[in-house]
Formats: sequence, structure tokens, C-alpha cells
Amino acid sequence: MEVDIAQALARLAPALGGTGVEAAQRLSGGASMETWAFTVTGPQGPREMILRRRNGPFDEATARSTSLATEAALISAAAKVGAPVAPLIRLCEPADGLGEAHITARIGGEALGRKIVTDPKFEAVRPMLARQCGEILAQIHSASPDGIPLKRSDAAEELDRYEQVYRQSGAQRPILELAFQHLKKHAPAPVADVLLHGDFRNGNLMISPDTGVAAVLDWELSHLGDPAEDLGWLCVNSWRFGRSDRPVGGFGDYADLLAGYEQAGGVAVDLSRVRYWQALGSLKWGVMCLMMYSSYAAGAESSVERPMIGRRVSETEIDLANLLEAGL
Amino acid sequence: MITHPRTEELVEAVARWIDTIRPELKPRDAFLARVAVNVLGVVQRELTLGPAAEIDAVERMSGLLGHGGSFEDLTAELCAKLRAGEMDASTPGLLAALRANAQDQVAIDQPNYASAR
Repeated sequence: MEVDIAQALARLAPALGGTGVEAAQRLSGGASMETWAFTVTGPQGPREMILRRRNGPFDEATARSTSLATEAALISAAAKVGAPVAPLIRLCEPADGLGEAHITARIGGEALGRKIVTDPKFEAVRPMLARQCGEILAQIHSASPDGIPLKRSDAAEELDRYEQVYRQSGAQRPILELAFQHLKKHAPAPVADVLLHGDFRNGNLMISPDTGVAAVLDWELSHLGDPAEDLGWLCVNSWRFGRSDRPVGGFGDYADLLAGYEQAGGVAVDLSRVRYWQALGSLKWGVMCLMMYSSYAAGAESSVERPMIGRRVSETEIDLANLLEAGL
Repeated sequence: MITHPRTEELVEAVARWIDTIRPELKPRDAFLARVAVNVLGVVQRELTLGPAAEIDAVERMSGLLGHGGSFEDLTAELCAKLRAGEMDASTPGLLAALRANAQDQVAIDQPNYASAR
């Protein structure tokens, strides 16, 4: 179904508090999710907004990711507890002609991880980011999941799911095999579930060079689970963009992350628990890289990107070997 | 193997040519062209570093398993033993050998990758 996005948005302008829409352009997106930037014009002056829409069918019951309606509810729940988000402006209705979609404000800043880690522009805020991330995660984890259809998962279930994918891929990688067995055997004691962001990492954070974290983006992998899952995912070396000496996102230290987390009301989390989830995160990313290669090998995707990402498995192997050698 | 030119020189020539046309491409194609250049870098390094890396990996795995064999057979046996719990992180020499193998593989796949500590 071809939809003229610019036209549909223009028709929607009154509902968005304006009289017209300008400069609608597609930013990026995978095969099924589109992101569009546009400006609403009118008496309030120009306002920049972001449209996220799915251009294919979706079954929330079987998918790992959430529907856009659930994502909208998550953004509102996070905003309610004070976490920085791009505020929801509209959850689209069928009559809007945009399909499954929502519209949020567009927050200025930089989301490209490499720039945040290396650009001199961010030198001043970089030392604050790890603590801010801890504070924000404590806020998100305090949000109420009531009425939001989220799945739950723990370390054992995550390992099980990804081990199945690994087996199906047919790949033989000793370090991944060792990591699966080791992490299954050493799973941390269960704790009370909290609402997790699910993909909280450098690359999904809009960073302002003046104030630091301006918005947490991409809520579609949110679920209920162990708070250390979000903390550990942020520390996976694959999102440190070359600054492996700064374990938190390539910009900060564990101590600042955990201090920020506790100070903002989060439960006390042991570093060893974060490192456990960091290792599980590297393992997950390694299996995801295999999956993306598999989608190429099966003919589902033809882009040169897909097979190449399969060669990123070795980065997770060296990271896992280092973590295992350090006793995690 | 033919030497004038060597295979890796052919690969390098294609990578260089892609680099020269990249600035004229549309953003999406320019991105994919950069990926393509990276792909050719992997091919080039696999041609030059791969054979020695495989010999070393076979030697390390043979040391762990107590017998020789092909890279594929030794890898499969090692995976089976790890899965069965007959070997684990406490097995003497295991992590050092696997780490060295991974290091050689990263040197082919992403030589600039800064691994975690």
C-alpha cells in the first residue's frame, strides 16, 4: 500500500495544532519501520516533529518488539516519571491515513554514537553522561507498566531464545558456545521485575552538547525484567565506538552509572550483575549478527550490509573471551 | 598462485575504484559503497592473513583436544565438548587459546576494533 506521507501529514496539520506541513523527509528505517521528519507551520510558529510508521503487517502477540501504540504508551509513562523523552503528540488513528503510526516532537541534538564519543563538541558534557544515564534508568525503571502490554524476560529465557537462534544458524563458534553454557550456569538470583527500556545504549540517546541526555529514543524493545539488563546493555563494548576504556557507552565509568542509578532511587545493583548482563548483551549481539547474515544467506535480504555484519561476530567473541578471562 | 597481479592486488584495485566514485553517489549508495570497500578489506586480509591464522587456530585447538584434524572438525569437536560441559572456562589453556583465535579473526574482520577490558 503506497501512502503519500506528505499529503497525509498536511491533512493532519489542524490536529497537530498548525495550518500546514513542510519539509517532510524520510530519515531512515529498516524494511518495515519508517521514520519521517517534518515541520508543522501555523500561528504557533514552526514546530519540528517526527513520524514513526510501520508499512507492513504486525502481530504484537508473536513479535519481540512492541506495537507503535504500546511505544506511545511507554513514552508517556516515561515522561510521567520525569525521564527525558521526545513527547508524544499524536497516536495516529486509521482515519489519519498513515497506518500504524505515532507522532512525537523532534528533539535537537546528536544520536550518532561515534560522534558523541569522539566529537570535541561533546567534551564538556561527556563526563556527566554516565551518571545521567544511571539517573534516567532509575526513573524509567520506576515507571508503572499498568495497562501497557509488555512481555517479560529474564536471563534464562533470553539465553534460551538466543541459543535456539544460534543452533538454527548452524554456525560453530566455540566462544559463543562457551558463553551460553557459562552464563546459564552463573545466572544471578532473580529480582523483582521492572519496566525496562530494552535498547538503552549509545546510539539510542539524543545528546545535547550543552545539557547531556535530551531524550531516550526507540522504545520498541521494552519489556519487564531485571534492572541490570538495561545497565549492562549500555556497557556492551560494541556501542563504545572505539573507547573501550570507558565502559559506559564509550563515555563514562561504571561507578558513575551505578551512583546515578542509586541516587535517583534505583535499587543497589552489584557491578558483577551489570557485567553479567554486559556479557549476555555481547552474546546477544553476536547472535543477532549471525541472524542478519542468515537473512542474507536465505535470500530474504540482498543488501551488502547484511553479510558484512556477520563479520562482526568476532568482535563479540573477543569481548566475551576478555570478560570470561576476567571472571566476568 | 599467480603473482602478476596477486589476488589481493585485484581486490585492492576494486576497493580503490569504489572510493573514487563514492563522492558522486546518493547518500544510501554512498553508505553501501563504504560497506563494499570494507567487505573488500576483509577479503584482502583473509587472503593475506587467513592461511596463517587457520594454521595457528588448528594448532591451538589440537593442543586443547589432544589430537590433530581439520579446522572444521576440531571446531565442531570443541563446540560439542563445551556444550556438553566437558570443557568450561576453568579448563586450563582454554580461554587463552580461544582468545588468541578470536584475536586473529578480529584482525581479519575489523583490525581497528578496540576490544573490551
